[in-house]
Amino acid sequence: MKVRQAIPVTAELGDTSKLARFDGEVVCEPPNNKLDKFGGTLYWKENKYPLSNQNMLLRGCVLRNTEWCFGLVIFAGPDTKLMQNSGRTKFKRTSIDRLMNTLVLWIFGFLVCMGVILAIGNAIWEHEVGVCFQIYLPWDEGVHSAFFSGFLSFWSYIIILNTVVPISLYVSVEVIRLGHSYFINWDKKMYCAKRRTPAEARTTTLNEELGQVEYIFSDKTGTLTQNIMVFSKCSVNGHSYGDVQDVLGHKAELGERPEPVSFSFNPLADPRFQFWDPSLLEAVKLGDPHVHEFFRLLSLCHTVMSEEKSEGELLYKAQSPDEGALVTAARNFGFVFRFRTPKTITVHELGQAITYQLLAILDFNNIRKRMSVIVRCPEGKIRLYCKGADTILLERLHPVSQDLTSITADHLNEYAAEGLRTLVLAYKDLEESYYRDWSERLRWAGSASEAREDRLARLYDEVEHDMMLLGATAIEDKLQQGVPETIAILTLANIKIWVLTGDKQETAVNIGYSCKMLTDDMTEVFVVTGHTVLEVREELRKAREKMMDASRSVGNGFSYEEKLSSSKLTSVLEAIAGEYALVINGHSLAHALEADMEVEFLETACACKAVICCRVTPLQKAQVVELVKKYKKGVTLAIGDGANDVNMIKTAHIGVGISGQEGIQAVLASDYSFSQFKFLQRLLLVHGRWSYLRMCKFLCYFFYKNFAFTMVHFWFGFFCGFSAQTVYDQYFITLYNIVYTSLPVLAMGVFDQDVPEQRSMEYPKLYEPGQLNLLFNKREFFICIAQGIYTSVLMFFIPYGVFADATRDDGAQLADYQSFAVTVATSLVIVVSVQIGLDTGFWTAINHFFIWGSLAAYFAILFTMHSDGLFRMFPNQFRFVGNAQNTLAQPTVWLTIALTTVVCIMPVVAFRFLKLDLKPELSDTVRYTQLVRKKQKTQHRCVRRAGRVGSRRSGYAFSHQEGFGELIMSGKNMRLSSLALSSFASRPSTSWIETLWKKKGSEGSGAGSPSGTADKTLKV
Amino acid sequence: MSDKGPIIFLQPLIAPQPIAINLLPHGRILPYCGSLPHTVCKQRQRNPDYSDKCSDCSKFRENSSNWNKECLCSVNFTLKEDILGDVFMYYGLQNFYQNHRRYMISRSDAQLLGRNVNIQRSYCAPFTTYKNGTPMAPCGAIANSMFNDTIDLFYNRNSSVIQVPLLKTGNSWWTDKNVKFRNPESYNLSSAFAGTARPPYWQKPVYLLDEGDERNTGYVNDDFIIWMRVSAFATFRNLYRRVRRIRHFADGLPAGNYTFRISYNFPVSKFKGRKHVILSTVVWSGGSNPFLGIAYVVSGTAATLAGFVITAIHLKLRKKKTYFQRQ
Repeated sequence: MKVRQAIPVTAELGDTSKLARFDGEVVCEPPNNKLDKFGGTLYWKENKYPLSNQNMLLRGCVLRNTEWCFGLVIFAGPDTKLMQNSGRTKFKRTSIDRLMNTLVLWIFGFLVCMGVILAIGNAIWEHEVGVCFQIYLPWDEGVHSAFFSGFLSFWSYIIILNTVVPISLYVSVEVIRLGHSYFINWDKKMYCAKRRTPAEARTTTLNEELGQVEYIFSDKTGTLTQNIMVFSKCSVNGHSYGDVQDVLGHKAELGERPEPVSFSFNPLADPRFQFWDPSLLEAVKLGDPHVHEFFRLLSLCHTVMSEEKSEGELLYKAQSPDEGALVTAARNFGFVFRFRTPKTITVHELGQAITYQLLAILDFNNIRKRMSVIVRCPEGKIRLYCKGADTILLERLHPVSQDLTSITADHLNEYAAEGLRTLVLAYKDLEESYYRDWSERLRWAGSASEAREDRLARLYDEVEHDMMLLGATAIEDKLQQGVPETIAILTLANIKIWVLTGDKQETAVNIGYSCKMLTDDMTEVFVVTGHTVLEVREELRKAREKMMDASRSVGNGFSYEEKLSSSKLTSVLEAIAGEYALVINGHSLAHALEADMEVEFLETACACKAVICCRVTPLQKAQVVELVKKYKKGVTLAIGDGANDVNMIKTAHIGVGISGQEGIQAVLASDYSFSQFKFLQRLLLVHGRWSYLRMCKFLCYFFYKNFAFTMVHFWFGFFCGFSAQTVYDQYFITLYNIVYTSLPVLAMGVFDQDVPEQRSMEYPKLYEPGQLNLLFNKREFFICIAQGIYTSVLMFFIPYGVFADATRDDGAQLADYQSFAVTVATSLVIVVSVQIGLDTGFWTAINHFFIWGSLAAYFAILFTMHSDGLFRMFPNQFRFVGNAQNTLAQPTVWLTIALTTVVCIMPVVAFRFLKLDLKPELSDTVRYTQLVRKKQKTQHRCVRRAGRVGSRRSGYAFSHQEGFGELIMSGKNMRLSSLALSSFASRPSTSWIETLWKKKGSEGSGAGSPSGTADKTLKV
Repeated sequence: MSDKGPIIFLQPLIAPQPIAINLLPHGRILPYCGSLPHTVCKQRQRNPDYSDKCSDCSKFRENSSNWNKECLCSVNFTLKEDILGDVFMYYGLQNFYQNHRRYMISRSDAQLLGRNVNIQRSYCAPFTTYKNGTPMAPCGAIANSMFNDTIDLFYNRNSSVIQVPLLKTGNSWWTDKNVKFRNPESYNLSSAFAGTARPPYWQKPVYLLDEGDERNTGYVNDDFIIWMRVSAFATFRNLYRRVRRIRHFADGLPAGNYTFRISYNFPVSKFKGRKHVILSTVVWSGGSNPFLGIAYVVSGTAATLAGFVITAIHLKLRKKKTYFQRQ
């Protein structure tokens, strides 16, 4: 939630008639995409009023705690910040698609080359041989020269050999992708039962690229985290509470938690709150004054509003979820914040209603990193309660509590190491006289026209001194399920994860630690926060130097020369020794993304294991993705859940939307959507990897089979006078790609797996071939083609050798054209079927059915085509009559087929076997070990970080904003429930809005934006 | 791949060897070249053929005015040992492009099935009709170029010359003879072919191909059927006759002197072709086939060697594999 207020002059215009007479003029900055900045001036009645971002409502915002407002539209349509931040939708295609198109063009060139060669051959043949042969075979009418005959033969060969250009490939590829998409949609392990949302592949064209992802750009809130804060631990008076303990008192691991603490004694408790350490509740019940004071502070020192619909049904409206969590914790432990008025806070302390007089709220801001309240207790004491960042607060404590401070500091470090967000709590008793003096000065400062902020800050600083430490709280920013594990596995799979978040640096870093992207083992975490180009450049340079220094000290032998040549910068950076991380702020990023620095930034960032960009705008998110896309070859994937991620999702090669609470804009823009971040690992490591593998195998085989099939014509050309005579029967040519060979390879493309899914999760390294593009590239393509050509050579020349001299077993000729055609066709079908059998790594019933079915179909169709009946009906079409039964009854033919098959397949098998032995791929090793493991069942779980090292890192993070304290004290934003009001006699029992109206009428002050007349808190 | 994989894969690699060895004895039965009878020559050495021996006739045929005059020539040869079993006589042609696309389509299967079809619509051109419109029967380049030498074999036994009895039927495929080729239906053949004319290069009309045998004349003539089954390559041989195993020839051809008497009609010199006569026997797998035998031996040996090498490498690397597994 963010606070937005109208400027006072316009706030008075609550009335439509007054609004109608409004004739001000707004001069402001041109439309831009900066979400957190606005500068303008309102000229009205000869006065100037400055307008800032505080007075603006952005398109896409939702009003919270405010029912309505009037506004003045400043930018509309494409000028709005939302639209300025939106990028262009691009047509997404996979790299394999692009490669495929290139290859098809090459193949087409190859086809033309073959055509030319054969046409030249034809011209020469007709000139040398054909001329003499004219007595038996005169040239066609119109053909008068060998040259023209060659020209005609070129076109004939283009038609005959066109089967090398795989037209059906495109259709088959789409079918396979569709199948893979359905696998994703149907995956029960990616179904979120809680939200009843299955994973959804919204595009069917990108599947195999999921197996090649190298960079993941992730949003934070809603994607990595649930945006739910949970009070998880606390330290009171040197005692730490909140560790989950089992019966024996040892720290229990997750998953074996005992029952949570029961808050049944407290009728006002929030049933959703859970706490596992009973000792804290016991301490409350035993009346430990420190614990009581601790929770009292939590129930008083905040800016939360309460709403009580009916008795006991409290609803807290907190500006930040952190505060909500703290106040809820206090509520459950018996210190229930009931309601507040501008001057009082009513708390039920262990069942007893106590009203504290609220004297001042010393509001939070980013520099102070703390907030305080000054209250008068019912017994008259004045006390200051303060909560804030440990670094700030621990310095402001009274020296008396030094021992306690050091214990608490230890606790804080422990919490921070767990990635919890910590706050330190302290209090201070104030003398009545001192307070009077101070409040007087405060009033003065508050009404000062210049340097008001500074004066206030100085006064706040003065009073928040020599405080007594109460304890510390640790809030867990609840991660989505399984996020750290997923990130760990994806990192092991050599995928680089960049977090791009609109949150501030502390929060982002904190999450980085809690999802194990950042660890204490890291050599260094670089933080870039420079505001100017020079600063940013300097910071990036320093980071690089540090990394290089470290790597030099590791391998100091030859590094000197490397340092000299700046061109080797990249290579040096890629060979960095330690683990580094980079945190960069939005304003620094703006400079880093400029044309002259972007490469520097990218090289630095890519050398780091983790990159966190905070305070970034939606457009910057997209720019970062674009930058990586531009300079790095890797495939990028963006994942996010909100409207601000839409750009990045559209820009990245693959966009993934988390279908959660934050609307469906991200999902609509995405290519894949599911409801939990952890499904990403399954999407990439299982589905993506398989898709890539299948697609590559499919393409290799497809090119192979078409070349093996078509090139036979080419060889035959040299023996038939280049006359464009086909080797096979015309029906075989028609059906080969459609019936005889399409289904087995389709089944392989859809169902194949090299290792089972558990293994690909266990060995994330298996993902690497995809990133390196190893399974299908130009080299692999040429190997397939070579194999196809090799097969076609044997397919032609072995039958040629055999048939040249052979006769049948009844003495009749064997070498007739039709028998030759049947023999070559049969051996071709058998060879490609055996080959697909070898390529298929995972046999399903469908694979069996298709492969055997194709062979069966081949023979069935062959015998049908060569049957008497068809010939009698169409003698000119089915002239192969009787051929199948005559030819296939010959032992020689079968010996030829067997020989061809063995000779075609043998080298492939031998080569694969040798490769398996000499240079096994990881997947081969995994399959091998799997066999062995069946016997010994050893555990090969992925490495889980065990044991935490004490860290000196502060875990302070607080998603709070300035402005609320003032709001509450002014009483402007008091939406009191009727229940609260009825018990608060001094106030008329009307609804809040009426109160507001009344107030406006009487006091003449209200709230309004330059664009409106009601104050609002809203969430962007 | 699994550990078991390679062993399974190796089996088919080794398997061909025994087949190849079995094949070898059959490979020994080699044909006897037509015109060099004294040597049991290998198939590929058929070069001395009767196109040279009968060069006079060849020249005679080049003069087209002699088309209806007979030209005879004879070729002598000696068999050193008996040829036992069924003996087949082939004519072989070299450099005759029966597999040329335009040649191959130049026929009308419907016409050969005895149907009254309009052959203008077939690919028979230019051998479709004469200038006066009379259709050719059969039409097309294949039929027109039919091999029409007559070859007789004589056995010179103790100065007496015995003609070797030869069978001219039963040489074609059953489906061809009974399904694919049919004469037009009529009360007699000459009337069935009335209104048609012989192809230009033929000396007699189609219904007179075998005047003696009603079931072997017209389209169903064996020589014609065999010719119409075009060869896959430019060098080929077609079955011409079988030796009828009676009297002296009950066991095959006995050793001795023989003479081919050839009525030379088929000119080959124009297209630089050659023709020859081949006598051969067959075994279970058909005619002699040195290529298949050699190919099996070679690939069998290669497979075995590769098998050994691979097994050696595999065994040597076994230790390394356990290392990988531990990783």
